[in-house]
Amino acid sequence: MLQLLWLIVAIPFASAALLALFGSRLSRHAVAIIGAGSIGLSAALTLLVGAQFVFSPPAGDAYMQRLWIWMESGGFQPEIAFYLDPVSLIMLFVITFVGFLIHLYSVEYMRDDEGYARFFAYMNLFVASMLTLVLANNLLLLYLGWEGVGLCSFLLIGFWYREPQNVRAASKAFIVTRCGDTAFALGLFLLFTRLNTLDIQEVMHRATAEWSPGSGTALMAAALLLGGAVGKSAQLPLQTWLPDAMAGPTPTSALIHAATMVTAGVYLITRTHTLFSLAPDVQFAVAIIGTATMLLAAFSALAQRDMKRVLAYSTISQIGYMFLALGLGAWSAAMFHLMTHAFFKALLFLAAGVVIHAVHEQDLYRMGGLRRELRLVFWAFAIGGSALAGLPLVTAGFFSKDLILWQSWAGPNGNAWFWIAGMTGALLTSLYTFRMILLAFYGPQQAHVRSHSGLAVRLSLTTLCLLSLVGGYVDTPPHFGGSPALSNFLSSALPPLEEVHIGPITETITAFSASTVFALGFGFAYLLFGPQCARQPATNIFERLWLAGWGFDWMYDRIFVRPFQWLARKCAHDPADVPINVIAQMTIVSYRALRLTQTGRVRWYATGLAVGTVVILAIALFVR
Amino acid sequence: MFLLGLAGLLTRRNFIFTLMCIEIMLNASGLAFVAAGSRWAQPDGQIMFLFILAMAAAEVSVGLAFVLLYHKRQLALDVDSASELRG
Repeated sequence: MLQLLWLIVAIPFASAALLALFGSRLSRHAVAIIGAGSIGLSAALTLLVGAQFVFSPPAGDAYMQRLWIWMESGGFQPEIAFYLDPVSLIMLFVITFVGFLIHLYSVEYMRDDEGYARFFAYMNLFVASMLTLVLANNLLLLYLGWEGVGLCSFLLIGFWYREPQNVRAASKAFIVTRCGDTAFALGLFLLFTRLNTLDIQEVMHRATAEWSPGSGTALMAAALLLGGAVGKSAQLPLQTWLPDAMAGPTPTSALIHAATMVTAGVYLITRTHTLFSLAPDVQFAVAIIGTATMLLAAFSALAQRDMKRVLAYSTISQIGYMFLALGLGAWSAAMFHLMTHAFFKALLFLAAGVVIHAVHEQDLYRMGGLRRELRLVFWAFAIGGSALAGLPLVTAGFFSKDLILWQSWAGPNGNAWFWIAGMTGALLTSLYTFRMILLAFYGPQQAHVRSHSGLAVRLSLTTLCLLSLVGGYVDTPPHFGGSPALSNFLSSALPPLEEVHIGPITETITAFSASTVFALGFGFAYLLFGPQCARQPATNIFERLWLAGWGFDWMYDRIFVRPFQWLARKCAHDPADVPINVIAQMTIVSYRALRLTQTGRVRWYATGLAVGTVVILAIALFVR
Repeated sequence: MFLLGLAGLLTRRNFIFTLMCIEIMLNASGLAFVAAGSRWAQPDGQIMFLFILAMAAAEVSVGLAFVLLYHKRQLALDVDSASELRG
């Protein structure tokens, strides 16, 4: 069964090619079957491969499938080869299953769009690239997938390319992530020149053997990889592209900008965790970046008016949690949160898509009272929102977030500050989630439902609801009588969670505090945005700052965009060409002067000849 | 005689006169060659004249053909009107 691994990647690639080449000639029905069916097939294969992997694990708990050597140049021989271990298997499950549900949803959601085949071609290409990224056995193949998902993200954000602001958002996403990608590429160059290989496992072995912990090269390599991860995962300071990326179709936001692509940075750091362990300073920086991003984005989410932008900031904030976990060395906790986040954030985005389709409105303050008319969507929001905010014991988000919070105190890098920041983040998460739900579904009804969702949408929403509820039970904390199955499963690929600080804060206190801040957030949200309150966006200075995402866009506009545009305008007049243009102008002037003598009259020429002869004779005779 | 031809060339505007003036100038130079040859008792002058004669015959035939064609096209024999090659 494990030999079928390559098919999981090849099927979406093939269907993407098929749809891109012949999509315009196929009927919508055929496009839907090919587009969603290919991902379904991949998901089924993943199930087969996963079952085989779990029940009869290969030697060394990892399976490698070598297909061919990509290119050969001296000592540089990157292969096309797939590496399956517990970490990539979990990513595989998330991508194919959540991807399939989102494709199913899109079959109905995008039904009336003229770019139906184009949409599915891009989406399939995305899934294929993402699978390449997670299965790659060497960093170069991973980079190929990395750029592939970046390209698909660009294409899908600008899917409705007739609107200029969508195109601007797409370019912005591409250019901002490009800053990170450049750092990543430099990191690859550094690793190859120092270690002479790009095979991930080999790099890890050699790095451990050759570099001492905290050495300059290790710090440099880890920092450059971190740059790539920060760009792709929309962390501080490259987070500005994600809220604008909401210009794309909602299934795109769910698949690419919530569930899978933006977590590629988390996956990269997990994959290369040995390097980060060798560079403790960079790992600490990861934790700081994660914490800062988590808090800043959560505050921004509090003030947004656009439903999708709330979810976008929430995504940035939740990935901040994952980065915090990575920085703490709690690798498996990050993977766990990645998985549950993919479930509930995809659910929230898809539900938001139904709302937007139903009422043709994205502004929370113009919705309200939709609870009765969109019953399924309301429940989807309630379940997804509770999972996001961490409703204790019954939702997936609670378990994964609780693990990170506990590690923020007890982990090797943990301290009280991370713990407090994590709790504050949890409070804010609960607050902005319920603000969104209360504004959209309670209070006076302002917008009316124009269309109802069909079977495909209902099916995918229900399944994701289920996953958001039970997804957390794969890893329950031992002191609640649970078993950390996921952590155990990951233990062959990732170092186990450590509990260093045993002190005043215990795991039970953490869990209770997390439950308390969930309740507090809900209570505050009810007090501030409940049905009894006046529904108007507050306009004090903080909220305006948060609405603008802390002014990062404004700052980057001043620091980078405007000077660059100024330079571009100056260069448009080609200052370097001036000396050359002077020569050209002189040629033109002398040509005009000489043209005057060319009258076309024979007698005039004859006169010229005669006069010339006389002059030459005079010179010959008298000048001597 | 050479100056006479040159003056005619520069002042007359008729093609035929232009050609005749060129003939006169050629003859003038030929005469100069012959005179110079007999003055210094050299045969070169007369040989040179034969060359000039042959060249003049060729020139006149081409020139007259040109005049005929031009006349057919423009119905005029004005030298100054033939200025299509003005830059």
